[in-house]
Amino acid sequence: MNPREITTQISDAADSLNLKKWDYGASFSNDYSVQVDKGEAKQLKASQKQILTLRVWNQSNLVGITTTSDISESGIKKALKQANIASDFGNKNESTEFSPLAKDPIKVTEIKKRSPVGIKKLLNLLREAEVKLIESHKSIKSVPYNGLSESFFERVYANSDGAFRSYTKSQAALYLYARAEEKNKKPRSSGSVKLGYGVEDIDIESCIKDASNKTISHLNYSSIETDKYLICFSPESFLTIINAFSSMFNARSILDGVSLSNKNSIGEKLSTEALNIYDDGLHEKNISSSPFDGEGTPTKRLCLINKGRIENFIHSESTARIFKTIPTGHAGLGSKVSVSPDWIVVEKSEENSDLKTTLDHSSYKGEFVYIEELNAIHAGVRASQGSFSLPFDGWLYKNGKKISIDSATVAGDIKYVLKNIVNIESSQEVTTSGISPHIWVDELSITGDA
Amino acid sequence: MLSSQIKSNEIVFGSCNKDLLEEIIFYGIGLGADFVEIFIENTDNSSVLAEEDFITSVSPSFGKGAGIRIFKEKKDGFVSTNDLTKHGLMRSVTQAIEMLDITDNKKREVFNGLNKHRDYSLYKKKWINEVPSIHEISEKLLVSTKSLKKNNKIITRKGSYSRNLQEVIIASSDGTYVSDIRLHQTVGLNVIASDAQYRSSGSRRFGSSGMPNEFRLWDHEKAANEVFESSMNMLYADYVDAGQMPVVLANKFGGVIFHEACGHLLETTQIERGTTPFENKLNEKIAHESVTAIDEGISEGSFGSLSVDDEGMEPEKSVLIKDGILKKFISDRAGELRTGHKRTGSGRRQNYSFAAASRMRNTFITKGDYSKEDLINSISDGLYCKSMGGGSVGATGQFNFAVEEGYLIKNGKLTNPVKGATLIGEAKEVMPKISMCGNDLELAPGFCGSISGSVNVTVGQPHIKVDSITVGGR
Repeated sequence: MNPREITTQISDAADSLNLKKWDYGASFSNDYSVQVDKGEAKQLKASQKQILTLRVWNQSNLVGITTTSDISESGIKKALKQANIASDFGNKNESTEFSPLAKDPIKVTEIKKRSPVGIKKLLNLLREAEVKLIESHKSIKSVPYNGLSESFFERVYANSDGAFRSYTKSQAALYLYARAEEKNKKPRSSGSVKLGYGVEDIDIESCIKDASNKTISHLNYSSIETDKYLICFSPESFLTIINAFSSMFNARSILDGVSLSNKNSIGEKLSTEALNIYDDGLHEKNISSSPFDGEGTPTKRLCLINKGRIENFIHSESTARIFKTIPTGHAGLGSKVSVSPDWIVVEKSEENSDLKTTLDHSSYKGEFVYIEELNAIHAGVRASQGSFSLPFDGWLYKNGKKISIDSATVAGDIKYVLKNIVNIESSQEVTTSGISPHIWVDELSITGDA
Repeated sequence: MLSSQIKSNEIVFGSCNKDLLEEIIFYGIGLGADFVEIFIENTDNSSVLAEEDFITSVSPSFGKGAGIRIFKEKKDGFVSTNDLTKHGLMRSVTQAIEMLDITDNKKREVFNGLNKHRDYSLYKKKWINEVPSIHEISEKLLVSTKSLKKNNKIITRKGSYSRNLQEVIIASSDGTYVSDIRLHQTVGLNVIASDAQYRSSGSRRFGSSGMPNEFRLWDHEKAANEVFESSMNMLYADYVDAGQMPVVLANKFGGVIFHEACGHLLETTQIERGTTPFENKLNEKIAHESVTAIDEGISEGSFGSLSVDDEGMEPEKSVLIKDGILKKFISDRAGELRTGHKRTGSGRRQNYSFAAASRMRNTFITKGDYSKEDLINSISDGLYCKSMGGGSVGATGQFNFAVEEGYLIKNGKLTNPVKGATLIGEAKEVMPKISMCGNDLELAPGFCGSISGSVNVTVGQPHIKVDSITVGGR
């Protein structure tokens, strides 16, 4: 069945069950991936998946939901019946409606879609990449974590009010994680991930080079003394922190009492005036962009922090109604609708005279810790409390030398981090989760085992 | 007549699918596969969320799917699909064969048909009618969240329940033909407490497998008291000072240290990748002599228990470490093929869309001779980790995990609560430092995410003392 046929099927089945109001989101995908081990194919995977999430409103306007992979006629009917039963337990305290923007035009210039290259080509490309990475340095002994994949999918949203929107897309990903070993030293490991609309868009050579350089740069390591240090966050690590604490901008989290912000936080000063943060799901560099959210609301660019102050929250239909604003295109589709950011863009505002511009990661001669990548976010972040304690990969720059740091954590508080930004470098870098320049923060605690 | 025709062309749960499964396996072997495995599942899940004094989410879901795995020498091709018709399954086999580039179909393995059906689901078919209804779950969750409302510092109260019912059929070219029904229920409570600039949280989760009545027996009052006390104790806690120090890890979920620090490194997937420091250490000392560690899937009702693994093998009780000596690795079919370590009934996967991999089940350090007080009394300056958060292990064996509820130990006594602590280390270095084990072994349920998705596990241990570990803090 194609999406139009599914919509008709749902409509007919809903009529037969006397369900007047419904909506659904569906996803259909074909994925192919390969892994290699020392030149040999290890695992080759293909999957065909379909998933349908249906919501119905009962006569008391309470919502029930069901998710299923069975999109047969009987499966759809069963899903509607289950959703109808679940609606008896719908949230009486907070109503859900269709997004008022579910029929608005979608602002997408071009949905990029590539053709499949096939498993054999994926395998050959990954084999070559593995060999090149191992040959790039004598200490690189293996690439234990590797994969090349391509996905082709279609997503749909429709409702009983006549809204219908869909898009098809492709996406490819390459990851190479190398392991280097030298005598009498601990093994060191690092890697790189690249995304593209198709395999031909992925810069494989640059992925190999990044993985090699990163891994080799950690070969000469040393423990660091526990103390407070001047910190330079890489674009990737700063985006990791912002995403981990995005509940500060999340209206759902605010209503649930798990955010550091509250309903009146719009305008609150969080940071230096030099900081701007946007959520920009439709950014041309965002490979994973989606033109609409789970409720059918069009995706759009939204300013979250403007010159250091909170400018907007991200919303679903129901949170927007409670906050007396409009949905922002950040909703999921669930019994309780979740809200999450799409793609964070960090930049320096025009009000940047208070920054210490001599702090530049490529030229600064003083002592500082460079945080390349933060790890174990799920274990070390307390979003509702604002605190974090996270292991990281990085270097200590001291006396003109750069030494990889062995087994250390950085700990702090997100509000402290934002308030103590001392420089925002001018040049932004594109990562898989957004865009950011290097960000300098004064005095964060580092725990090492020196 | 019509009914039997339909059955022969599509997998039907609750019916005999032997002919169809044999036909598909014969097809794969005929095309040159060394081994063919079919994993088929039918799921019926639901979850309920209570927030404050309202049910805010009820989410049922159901679905069907198949995962087909073909081995040729040491490589494998895996295809998953929602199409359970004969045509769909045949197409998946063809796709896997093509992916593996199998062109030589003259050197055929022998397939003698499926063995006698081992049906582990017989007494489990009634479970779906015995589990609590959404109405019953909702009522109990609301009572639970109400009992968390103990003072005005508690600003957020949540109770959540989820039930996963999975019916599986597993058939493979070595003759394996089994059916099973798995039931997992989990229920959790959590709160956030706040007073001026101070904030804390508390949470507890309980889980069981194969016990439809378990939720009804859950002592929500006791759970609510524990969660409340934990959040109050931590509300005004200072941040812990970072450094190296001895720690005492509590029993139950304290066992996450062994799970993350060592257990993952004893899975054969890590040997395949060359990422475990224990690869060539069988029968060598890798831990303090006070440490004996077990991984098993047979404890009745435990969250990681199973009647049969996802490759059709009954789970065994594996002594991983005996008195500090490494005795066994956790292995699945691919692990046995690629590393030579015998299967342990540990081939597990989240669902049909993942190929099985060697995964832990109920994993714990066995009890020792000491009381909890003996361990604390032996430390003059250290940390007591009463409740652990999540953790992870990196590509080179370094691990970390968060301490949810911690207390300083001064001169052998528990003193102030502290927050923000993270334990960091490497398995090879920490295992020899577990010098004392208490006599109070208990298990706790959890979810473990890894190569084959998220699976139910239990972690466990008695109270243990680690002589020295890096504590990350402020």
